[in-house]
Amino acid sequence: MSTQVPARKAPLEAMQRQEPRRSRSRAGKRLARLPVLLLIALLLVVELYPLLWLVLGSFKTQQEFLNDPVWALPGSLNFDNYIEAWTTGNIAVFVANSLMATLPSLALIIVLGVAAGFALEVMVWKGRNGVLLIFLTGIMVPGQMILLPLFSAYFKTGLTGTLWPLIITYTATGLPLTVFMMATYFRAVPREVFEASTLDGASIIRSFLSIGFPMVRNAVFTVALVQFFFIWNDLLIALTFANNSDLSTIQVGLLNFTGQFGAVQYGPLFAAICINVFGTLAIYLFLNQRVMKGLAAGSVKG
Amino acid sequence: MQSVLGDKKALAILLGPALLVYSLVMLVPIIWSMGYTFFSGNAISGFTFAGTDNLTRLFTDPEVRTALSFTVRYAVVITVGQIVMGYLLSLMYVFILKKSSNIIRTLVFFPVVLPTVAVALLFQKMFEIAPQNGLVNSLLNGVGVESVDWFGNASSAFWVIVLMDIWRSMGFYAVLLYAGLVDIPEDMLESARLDGATGWRLIRSIVLPLSMPVLLSSIIFSINGTLKVFDSIVALTNGGPGSSTTPLTLYMFRTSFAFGDYGYGSSIALLLTLLCLIVTIFIFRSSRRDLTKD
Repeated sequence: MSTQVPARKAPLEAMQRQEPRRSRSRAGKRLARLPVLLLIALLLVVELYPLLWLVLGSFKTQQEFLNDPVWALPGSLNFDNYIEAWTTGNIAVFVANSLMATLPSLALIIVLGVAAGFALEVMVWKGRNGVLLIFLTGIMVPGQMILLPLFSAYFKTGLTGTLWPLIITYTATGLPLTVFMMATYFRAVPREVFEASTLDGASIIRSFLSIGFPMVRNAVFTVALVQFFFIWNDLLIALTFANNSDLSTIQVGLLNFTGQFGAVQYGPLFAAICINVFGTLAIYLFLNQRVMKGLAAGSVKG
Repeated sequence: MQSVLGDKKALAILLGPALLVYSLVMLVPIIWSMGYTFFSGNAISGFTFAGTDNLTRLFTDPEVRTALSFTVRYAVVITVGQIVMGYLLSLMYVFILKKSSNIIRTLVFFPVVLPTVAVALLFQKMFEIAPQNGLVNSLLNGVGVESVDWFGNASSAFWVIVLMDIWRSMGFYAVLLYAGLVDIPEDMLESARLDGATGWRLIRSIVLPLSMPVLLSSIIFSINGTLKVFDSIVALTNGGPGSSTTPLTLYMFRTSFAFGDYGYGSSIALLLTLLCLIVTIFIFRSSRRDLTKD
């Protein structure tokens, strides 16, 4: 009897043991997953909460800023701060200036850079490695090295006081990376394509316009995006050549924004930051895969 | 065929404009700027020859020493931070999240595209103490710690800058390094696993050596960017308190435009350029030696 009971119990026990073991292993799996989930949650909070706080802040009134705790929600969704920032705060003017400086330089960078990348990679001539190297050094040289001579030159030629210094400087500083990236992309196009078009009687310019350019269209798009973000977010060049309130780009304008309102006008400042941040973010989200791929490809493939 | 692919006239049309703009707006000014180092004065008041005064001043100026040490300290801390955080994130994308990492990758990448000025102003408000507590100090008060004047002393201001710049850029390095990690052949990892390598050992013996080239590009990229840091510091601390967070770039900018001394400004710019050049060559050299040793 006494021996039978454990014997009969044994399989039952085993089953019972098995049951919790199975669920324990499932729970264990979930438990092992838990640190990962926590880590991801923490990561998302760290990345996104500041942005959420920014948005909430942009809807708050001055009273709410001063009296409520910082994590309180705004009382209502009113866009007064945005209107204030956009008109009185001159954000509209700054955005217009930024667009007028960015778009022409972007167009010039693409036209000049893609053609140069093609000439350096597809065409055959002596000294092309040397020229590529000269372009490459431009990536490394800090902007400070060219600011002063350019300032003198723009001053002497009377360009100071217009947006031209910005457009010219952005075009030149954007070229090295563009030429380098485009040369890399043209390397991926099989040479036979161009040899075939040459045999068919196309001149090299024709090959570039009808075959080369269309084949790297996606790459051109990527490079344009990368350059757009560089130029749009630039402070150094804009601060040097356009430091008066009529010419200010959005970044310079935002930097001086606190001065205009005094540091205590929180609402409009938050709204102005919001316009800048979410404008850029919208462009990025719209085209996000390409930006990421482009940035990675351009800087890794050496 | 050679005559067409090497057509001189076509070459001039395609390469000429870019090379001309680049030479006129970058190469000539670089040389010109070196010439400035022998003068004092500025574009508006005119220049006078100063010989090697600027260069001697460069070696004795305590401000330069502070700025140089800040620049180097900043570059080292941020580069290490960016690469380590970026690498950990990319390992997480590849080995933990696997196929579902897309959305996380996108979200962590967010801050990269945001304008630095905007992010810096946001952080300024987050770490604010006066006229009222920002987010961070409110949180500290919540757990019973007194408010800290983050921008009031040199070392806390330094760490706020570090925190912001790593927050801003780790997503970029994560994507960069991720691109390198996904290129590692799956069968290589599989055979290492069959040989019993798991976890830390797998990463140390297989993944890390294989991602060396992309890590190296990232380090060069990062250190070159961080030595040139300008906008995040101008917008966040403006070099303060005092001049404790002033990098060479900002010191050069002030010397040239606030004090109108182009000659000395150019000398500082030259120092910065040489620093970038030396660091890049040094990393490139030392890594090549290591690779051949392995």
